[in-house]
Amino acid sequence: MTRKFSPAPAIYVALLMVPIYWLIVMSLKTNGEIRGGLTLLPQAPTFANFQLIFSSPAWYLGYVNATIYVLMNVCISIVVAIPAAYAFSRYRFPGDRILFFGFLVFRMMAPAILLVPFVQIFSDLGLIDTYIAVAIAHCFFNVPIAIWILEGFISSVPREMDESAMMDGYGFARFFRCILLPQIAPGIAVTAFFCFMFSWIELLLANALTVVHAKPIGAIMTRAGGVLAADIALLAAASVLSLIPGVIMIVFVKNHLARGFSMGRIS
Amino acid sequence: MQNNSIAYGFLAPALLVMTLCGVIPLAFVAFYSVHDTFAGNNFVWVGSTWFQQVLTSPDFYAALARSLGFSLLVLAIEIPLGIYIALRMPARGLLSSFYIILMAIPLLTPTIVVGYIWQVLTLPQVGLLTAGAASLGLDYDMTNPVIVWMTLALMDTWHWTSFVVLLCFAGLRAIPDDYYRAAHIDGASGWAIFRFIQLPKLRFALLLAILLRFMDSFIIYTEAYVVTRGGPGVSTTFLSHELVQTATVQFDLGEGGAISVIYFLIVLCVSWAFFTLIVPGGPGGSANTKVGPS
Repeated sequence: MTRKFSPAPAIYVALLMVPIYWLIVMSLKTNGEIRGGLTLLPQAPTFANFQLIFSSPAWYLGYVNATIYVLMNVCISIVVAIPAAYAFSRYRFPGDRILFFGFLVFRMMAPAILLVPFVQIFSDLGLIDTYIAVAIAHCFFNVPIAIWILEGFISSVPREMDESAMMDGYGFARFFRCILLPQIAPGIAVTAFFCFMFSWIELLLANALTVVHAKPIGAIMTRAGGVLAADIALLAAASVLSLIPGVIMIVFVKNHLARGFSMGRIS
Repeated sequence: MQNNSIAYGFLAPALLVMTLCGVIPLAFVAFYSVHDTFAGNNFVWVGSTWFQQVLTSPDFYAALARSLGFSLLVLAIEIPLGIYIALRMPARGLLSSFYIILMAIPLLTPTIVVGYIWQVLTLPQVGLLTAGAASLGLDYDMTNPVIVWMTLALMDTWHWTSFVVLLCFAGLRAIPDDYYRAAHIDGASGWAIFRFIQLPKLRFALLLAILLRFMDSFIIYTEAYVVTRGGPGVSTTFLSHELVQTATVQFDLGEGGAISVIYFLIVLCVSWAFFTLIVPGGPGGSANTKVGPS
């Protein structure tokens, strides 16, 4: 945090962009050109790789599938986390601290630990290869993080707000809808951002729980990477496209991002 | 106290979801770890056999050591670098927003794509890193474990340092200008300002950053696997790889379960240590704002 101009963040951001730049350049090349040697700009830019992805359902449905289960996960996580965060913020009750910790431990857990039981449980339920299976599986890390962030935001809303609402005869439902939710709207946006991010980038579970119909783009890339190891340009184009939902999400919440990273606690 | 029991009602939906996607799968894992399976669904109690097998296995300790080593390595790079960049960020304005947006891009890159990017950057001859090193007369040899570890550390730094920057940046923004003015009047040096004003205010952000970065690098799977396939040899086979290999490739549920339980206990202990540091008061660390009913 400084008032003087410092080149450090500019250099850092520029370095971060190098791999992204490289990815975009490769997506505009042909495999022949990539194999032919290193050039910093595509000699004959081509959109053939992107055209192939957009003309093949096997490819583009991967983005649709991933987007669907991620959005389902974000909705479930936020809907169950809001009342839970409210409880942790406003009430003291036996076991509150342990419960709060219990939630957080799951956030820290490796997806690899839960891989086998998830496959077992969802096949017993007949839910393998459905969106809801992945959306629920991803809740184990997203519900805790959502509770944690929202708890911070709710705690920054004065208690007097609740009390005066109750005195005015508001029920909990009306209080949540009309008073609390508008107050913590930035918190909800930021929570959505975090849940989106962690669900969007996860692949191990998303891949294991899907076969064809709900296969996310990442898993399709893995398969293609195995079969067509040579098709670097196509995978680069698929990678570039996989960044777009994230970028849209960033632009959507950019004004709240810095506060969101404080988990609502420092402001 | 009786009006507080409504809190459990508010918690019910979250508890239900977490039971389904957390507690029950974990119970399955614990069950596997003390049973042997025959013909698919016949489970036989075997007590601590699997645990003995895992805890006497040199492969397990080697993978554990690699995972711990990797976590400590990336923490040693990402935390100081993240603090430094956060300190040098412009406090507000367009430039600041511009940096934040660009920094968030690696965070939202799917793990498979992160792995893929670094695989491509290190392709023999045509990768940017390999070609760049070659033009400097260096040999970027992806069969050399040191180079491979360096690549993975660089990859993780690229992927996650911004997370530390953004956490610290949020913490620093919360420091009122008056603090700096007072320090200026006292003639405090840049170091003194950092040591006595900024660092204490960063406590929460840093603990959180260290905890999340430690855990997420400790459980790294996809990115590293795409770049290295665990090799050369087993030099980058981390605990998650060992676990997935055991449980799904060899289909050794018992041993996989035992590794999982041990893995979980490590996570539990580290999380608890941090939790008591981060959250000294009530459940969410906002206890000071609470008015406990009598």
